[in-house]
Amino acid sequence: MPGNRWALRYCGNMLSLTIKEVSLALREGKISPLELCRKCLKRIKKTQHLNAYITVTEELALKQAEEAESRLLQGVYQGILDGIPFAVKDNFCTENIRTTCASRMLKDFLPPYNATVVQKLLDQGAVLVGKTNMDEFAMGSGSTDGVFGPVRNPWSYAAPYREQSGGAEDDSEWVITGGSSGGSGAAVTSLTSFLALGSDTGGSTRNPGALCGAVALKPTYGLLSRHGLIPLVNSMDVPGIVTRSTSDAAIVLEVLQGRDLKDSTTVQSPTSHAGFSEDFDVRNLCVGIPKEYHAPGLSQETLAQWSRLADLLEGAGARVREVSLPHTQHSIVCYHVLCCAEVASNMARFDGLEYGHRSTEDSSTDAMYAASRHEGFNAVVRGRILSGNFFLLQQNYERYFLKAQQVRRLIAEDFEHAFSAGVDVLLTPTTLSDAASYSHFIQADNRTRSTQEDVFTQPANLAGLPAVSVPTALSSRGLPIGLQLIGPAFQDGMLLSVAHWIEQRVGFPSISNYEVPNK
Amino acid sequence: MAACTVLVTPLLYVNKQSSLFYYKACNIHRQCVTKKISTSVSRCSSQADPQKKSRPHELVGVVGLEIHAQIQSNTKLFSGSKVGFSAPPNSLVSFFDASLPGTLPVLNRRCVEAAVMTALALNCTINKKSFFDRKHYFYADLPAGYQITQQRRAVAVDGQLAYSLLGGRKRNQIQSRTVRIKQIQLEQDSGKSLHDDQRSQTLIDLNRAGVGLMELVMEPDMSCGEQAAAAVRELQLVLQALGTCQGNMSEGQLRVDANVSVHRPGEELGVRTEVKNINSARFLSRAIDYEIQRQIEALGRGEAVLNETRTYDSKSGHTIPMRDKEGLQDYRFMPEPNLPPLVVYEDRGSVPAGLLGAEGVVVLEGLREGLPELPSVKRARLVRSYGLLPEHSFTLVNEDGLMEYFEAVVKETRKEPRKLIGWVTNELLGHLKHHNLSVSKCPVSPSALAELLELQEAGHISSTVAKQVLGEMWRDPGRRAPEVVREQDLGLVCDSSDLQRVCQRVLDSHPDLVRALQEGNKKVLNRLMGLVQKETKGRADPVLVRSLLEEKTS
Repeated sequence: MPGNRWALRYCGNMLSLTIKEVSLALREGKISPLELCRKCLKRIKKTQHLNAYITVTEELALKQAEEAESRLLQGVYQGILDGIPFAVKDNFCTENIRTTCASRMLKDFLPPYNATVVQKLLDQGAVLVGKTNMDEFAMGSGSTDGVFGPVRNPWSYAAPYREQSGGAEDDSEWVITGGSSGGSGAAVTSLTSFLALGSDTGGSTRNPGALCGAVALKPTYGLLSRHGLIPLVNSMDVPGIVTRSTSDAAIVLEVLQGRDLKDSTTVQSPTSHAGFSEDFDVRNLCVGIPKEYHAPGLSQETLAQWSRLADLLEGAGARVREVSLPHTQHSIVCYHVLCCAEVASNMARFDGLEYGHRSTEDSSTDAMYAASRHEGFNAVVRGRILSGNFFLLQQNYERYFLKAQQVRRLIAEDFEHAFSAGVDVLLTPTTLSDAASYSHFIQADNRTRSTQEDVFTQPANLAGLPAVSVPTALSSRGLPIGLQLIGPAFQDGMLLSVAHWIEQRVGFPSISNYEVPNK
Repeated sequence: MAACTVLVTPLLYVNKQSSLFYYKACNIHRQCVTKKISTSVSRCSSQADPQKKSRPHELVGVVGLEIHAQIQSNTKLFSGSKVGFSAPPNSLVSFFDASLPGTLPVLNRRCVEAAVMTALALNCTINKKSFFDRKHYFYADLPAGYQITQQRRAVAVDGQLAYSLLGGRKRNQIQSRTVRIKQIQLEQDSGKSLHDDQRSQTLIDLNRAGVGLMELVMEPDMSCGEQAAAAVRELQLVLQALGTCQGNMSEGQLRVDANVSVHRPGEELGVRTEVKNINSARFLSRAIDYEIQRQIEALGRGEAVLNETRTYDSKSGHTIPMRDKEGLQDYRFMPEPNLPPLVVYEDRGSVPAGLLGAEGVVVLEGLREGLPELPSVKRARLVRSYGLLPEHSFTLVNEDGLMEYFEAVVKETRKEPRKLIGWVTNELLGHLKHHNLSVSKCPVSPSALAELLELQEAGHISSTVAKQVLGEMWRDPGRRAPEVVREQDLGLVCDSSDLQRVCQRVLDSHPDLVRALQEGNKKVLNRLMGLVQKETKGRADPVLVRSLLEEKTS
């Protein structure tokens, strides 16, 4: 059945091109923006069962593509992304396009404004094809806990996995995308959009990037505006970038970065740092391998990839050395306290008065609040609100919140020590293993899974550092494995250069290379 | 209702005579309710008057204030929406003010500068680095579910406000006092809820939501309502002089909550109550005095004072416990993660390169030099330059615009300022109060008053006539004094034969007075002069009349 439903075949050059390639083809008139947009929309329909999109903005996309087409015909380019389809995680506000956070609370919420990062893409002439699925309010690591249902990993339906998992007839063993930006990961790897915005608070962009086989960048905190990103944890959230190549990620980063007057935590990107280069020389590079990242539960295959890459770098002349990040072990519990506290605070605004779900309960204002919030939020969100409020109680504040903040500083200092001791970049796994099947994943609850899945990713959020996940190989199950690079603050360009070097050498396959067997 | 009006009117009537509105009100209020709160009165005045000593075992009031001053600014504290008092509901609401998800606060530099200027004027220490925090509670007019305030470290601390009140029997002794300012913090105002009980609805207006507030905490250095009212009045004048708050209590630009307790001097402070919902300085004074007395009486009955919030009911003059929603609130404070620390730089040189001129960068240098003349300095200058009495300087400074009016009159007349002051603080202000007008609405311009006083100074009209002419000018704005004098023939009568006749007639018809005068009662002469002035409608030259009368009776 699924084989018939969605034949993952090589679908012509157009949709599997990189941004760089498609941008050039558009300019040269080899591709029409309208045609490109129609193909994407068609493919979105074909891949509907992935559940990557919550909202497909077909009408608007066609209108934008038409405008791009008439611009390009006149030789007027709005920017490097002119006419290129993109998708946005459904926790970025989009003007008059519903923005749900995959929650009943915001099921019908129409924001009156665009998030800064969305606006910047639109200003480039990029074409918005839809809003992507996620865990409710980005709380999760599987994209399995949203009100619109779980997202399916496109690799579930590609030949390498299907051959391993025993035949096309059985649809029950599909694997998850990771999360919480699973919709964005799936959208980019299933070739329905050329780039997608995710959000990354504890690994929410890098995790699905790794499991879906995409390049996923978590920029330095403060480099990209959060204005219009519905927050999870303000002090850790960053807009994430999902693309099919490191060069594409660099292009998008260039477009999105910079100070935004609407977000007081943004800074102008320092010009002193080297930008992205496709000819990066790793011979002067010092690569750190944090020993604490040899975590329990790390799969043999991921470990093997990690070693392979370290060897590859060393073989090319880079200095590879072990470093210690001693406080990493505390990062999960520290993250848990800080995350819940901010969640409790950030979610306080959802009372059903100004916007969002309002219960019919009207016996009193307080009763209405309680009912609206109970009906509007899922159990994961409610649980985090409850514990967050507990942590913030006057009697608990010092024991939990303050202590967690102190630990957070120690974790950040670990990184600083490593970088000031000469390490340029840290190489780590992104996830413990390749993607789990949905049926396996849901055997543990959201909190357990988040604790397991975010272990390698969220120290970078606690420290505000840039990190990128690069796909390196397919596992024996036929599923992507990604590795992560973490760099010093504002060295996002250098980080992508190293990632590019790796990308060029590992030769990770595009999903478009595989035809579904038995077809 | 009628009884209420009757009760209130005399108060207002007496008040109109003086711009020392609050002090007088305080005084009168005491007389009105003396029976009820006699102890409070004696204690308060004994504190205010250093000559009397209070007995050490007697309970006295202790008053601290929490004042919320709306910052005078075009836009709100963290958003670009306009600030306005009477705009249509929900017409001044940005996405941030309505707490739309994804919106972020952006600090308004003007609001910080206003707080810093206020802090400088109140001799505070400015914290070079301060922080914003979230204070959480669910309320319909608090859309985000939290207020952004400064809990960990406020923008300014440790200041003081010097204020004075009039004491002594004639209320003409200036008593100077000081209240310490614990801190000044920046925070957001909330919206407004309107409860429609009939339809059991609550209507929300978010126009006020997010307007910048300065919360000033005054230490419990006051002991009665009169002192608190005087301190608030002085603060009002300081804020108005700075232009950092319009200070109108009835419009809610200045909101005062009083923390009231009683104790025996030298002992620990008693349990305090917080009195809210006070919308004028007069009510502030009354509410505090009532609350002090209530606590003294409660303790006298062996009852305990509860740590509670009470509201002032201006109709009954009582404080009433507020319905406590859920007992003690835990506000679950948390650092505001979307705002960097608020840094105030000493001078432009200390601002890091690249930040100079940037949004949100506040520099002390310049603000300090730009501070206007403060009320206490104004008063001292008035006393020094014009030889006025201190109480006159109070009247001039405390009444908005009166000092400027006075100085304008001084410029245009040769009359000595000391002789002129009564015309401004008694005659003119009396008219203004009687018609409930502000100085800016005064129908008689300073130059018109100066012209009138020139006529008197030159001896063309008597002071009685001058008052009469002022009344005419008040009734018919635009008419000038010489015109009125000419038309109504009010000039001094200097013709001695006319006056001879009038004087003789007065003497002839009052033989008893003449006898008394001749027997040595010199006071009777004034009486006779008055009668002559009555005959001439106040136009007789008093010097001439006096000599004629003396001549005729000797």
